[in-house]
Amino acid sequence: MPGVEGFMYPNEVELQWSLLIVLYPYITGLVAGAFILASLERVFKVEAVRPTYRLALLTALAFLLVAPLPLQLHLGHPERSLEMYLTPHRSSAMAMFGFVYLWYLMAVLLIEVWLEYRADIVAAAQSRTGPVGWIYKALTLGSYNVSPASRRIDDKVGYVVTVIGIPSAFLLHGYVGFIFGSVKANPWWSTPLMPIVFLFSAMTSGIAAVLALYMVSMKLRKRPIDMHCLDTVAKYLFYMFVIDFSLEMLDLVHRTYEADESFQSLDFMVHTRLWISQVLIQILLGTLIPISMLAATQLWKFRESLRRALYLGASLLTLIGIFAMRWNVVVGGQLFSKSFLGYTTYKVQFAAREGLLPAVALMILPFVLFFALVKLLPPWTETKATQA
Amino acid sequence: MDFTRRELLIRSSKLLFLTATAARALDRTGEQPAPGDTYHMADHWWGMIVDIDKCIGCGTCVRSCSKENNVPDSYFRTWIERYEVSENLQHPTVDSPKGGIDGFPPAARAELKSFFVPKLCNHCENPPCVQVCPVGATFLSPDGVVLVDQSYCLGCRYCVQACPYGARYFHPEQETAEKCTLCYHRITKGLTTACCETCPTGARQLVDLKDPKDPVHDFLRNNKVQVLKPQLATESKVFYNNLDGSVR
Repeated sequence: MPGVEGFMYPNEVELQWSLLIVLYPYITGLVAGAFILASLERVFKVEAVRPTYRLALLTALAFLLVAPLPLQLHLGHPERSLEMYLTPHRSSAMAMFGFVYLWYLMAVLLIEVWLEYRADIVAAAQSRTGPVGWIYKALTLGSYNVSPASRRIDDKVGYVVTVIGIPSAFLLHGYVGFIFGSVKANPWWSTPLMPIVFLFSAMTSGIAAVLALYMVSMKLRKRPIDMHCLDTVAKYLFYMFVIDFSLEMLDLVHRTYEADESFQSLDFMVHTRLWISQVLIQILLGTLIPISMLAATQLWKFRESLRRALYLGASLLTLIGIFAMRWNVVVGGQLFSKSFLGYTTYKVQFAAREGLLPAVALMILPFVLFFALVKLLPPWTETKATQA
Repeated sequence: MDFTRRELLIRSSKLLFLTATAARALDRTGEQPAPGDTYHMADHWWGMIVDIDKCIGCGTCVRSCSKENNVPDSYFRTWIERYEVSENLQHPTVDSPKGGIDGFPPAARAELKSFFVPKLCNHCENPPCVQVCPVGATFLSPDGVVLVDQSYCLGCRYCVQACPYGARYFHPEQETAEKCTLCYHRITKGLTTACCETCPTGARQLVDLKDPKDPVHDFLRNNKVQVLKPQLATESKVFYNNLDGSVR
């Protein structure tokens, strides 16, 4: 059979979860990571990252709005997807994820963004006219009270929402890990480490995304980059990445040492079909090189321009590396037979429903939304200071 | 009420006439239990026994299943694997050309231990596919058959991933998950499955574990029986006689 090596159960030859399902944990991870970065300032009082606070919130929102789309596009019957909310099957990790997602969107992120921007929204609603003014008027939800007392209440409520938001963000992405980690039929996925690996890789990718977005935005706006902020964010990126990489290596070492019935099959796969995507792209290019770049900035004092280049390079490589990690989990987990006797191949189609074209469109969409959100709710603190 | 005696009589006879007509009409057109429809789900607990030594790999079961259930090409509700095993149980050579639908070519190495293993959904008592379905479209029926409600399945394919036996596939036209139904449309009418009916050697037999007279009880007591992947604790109800340790 073409593309098949050894023996696969006949129904296994075709992959069930494609490129779109790779995007789903990737995008969700960026949401969770960006939110955790935002909470550093809000809850843990890391004032240095203040310039990225609003940016991180908007990044999280833009990606969160897109997160369910790849799943929706992948379903055989998307018109029935509401049944997951109406008649959920409580033992299904996937059904419960729907509720975790809704909770996170409605109870955490939207409220936090609204509270943070309320004063700006009210000011815009009072000063802007025409359709844009109407949008801002709608966004005030009828509340124009921005007295210092009411802002203090906003701040307190915002704090509580963020405190609830941190475990929610953990839940959101830990849960995505659980969807894979709880499939006992598949040894590549089935490990209790999966949720926690997903969580730390999410934080790593989310922080890297905000770091890159911050630098690119400042460049486009021709504004100076707050180096103290950048150094601090990069430091957190480094810490998270070290934890993430250690967990992934722990998983690898554990599998190699235990060498259970699936090991030979998985080992063969890593050395052949996943060699490029796992060893070269994920581990070498997407992990060891950016970790070394970040480690270098922690060990030695470089001049600003070099630090900026290292940070941007490291965060972009990190984003590639984490994408490769999602690919290796989702696609890698379907390339070998559950009989451990054979391997299949996956070729990405181009213009098909689950092909490269919709995947690229879905990856561009969050940036379009981000751009629209930035226009609507400018995150720039210096602009705010000027207005004030 | 003020009725005259005459009015009362007229009304009563109208009522009687209409009721009788309606009852007659219902008798003709209404839902009536068919004569053979005495099937009670609670009285059954279905499974299958497969005797490895009896399977000759002819592929009749695969063909009859495919025809009976309109299985799309290159997907399988049941299939046959041929194992060729040397002394090393860990590295058997396995093939299943087109799921064995056309039988098998002669074995390449006649000196090796060789046997056929018919496979199908194991209708597990603890089915991992049912556990993961986000809407409960796939379920274990009260008579022990794992089924999919085609009008409810989202087509997310989580169940296909969760099945350790590769027994499920995604129907390319219906865009829903599909699998062996143990010929539910037949067994609830007192028939056996298409694969069991057509097997020329009786290698596969539908069994009812709740029926005290079913030969399955003797079979389980008197043979060396194994299920596939027992370590996954799915409580499979497809029991294999003389299953070799190399079979996955």
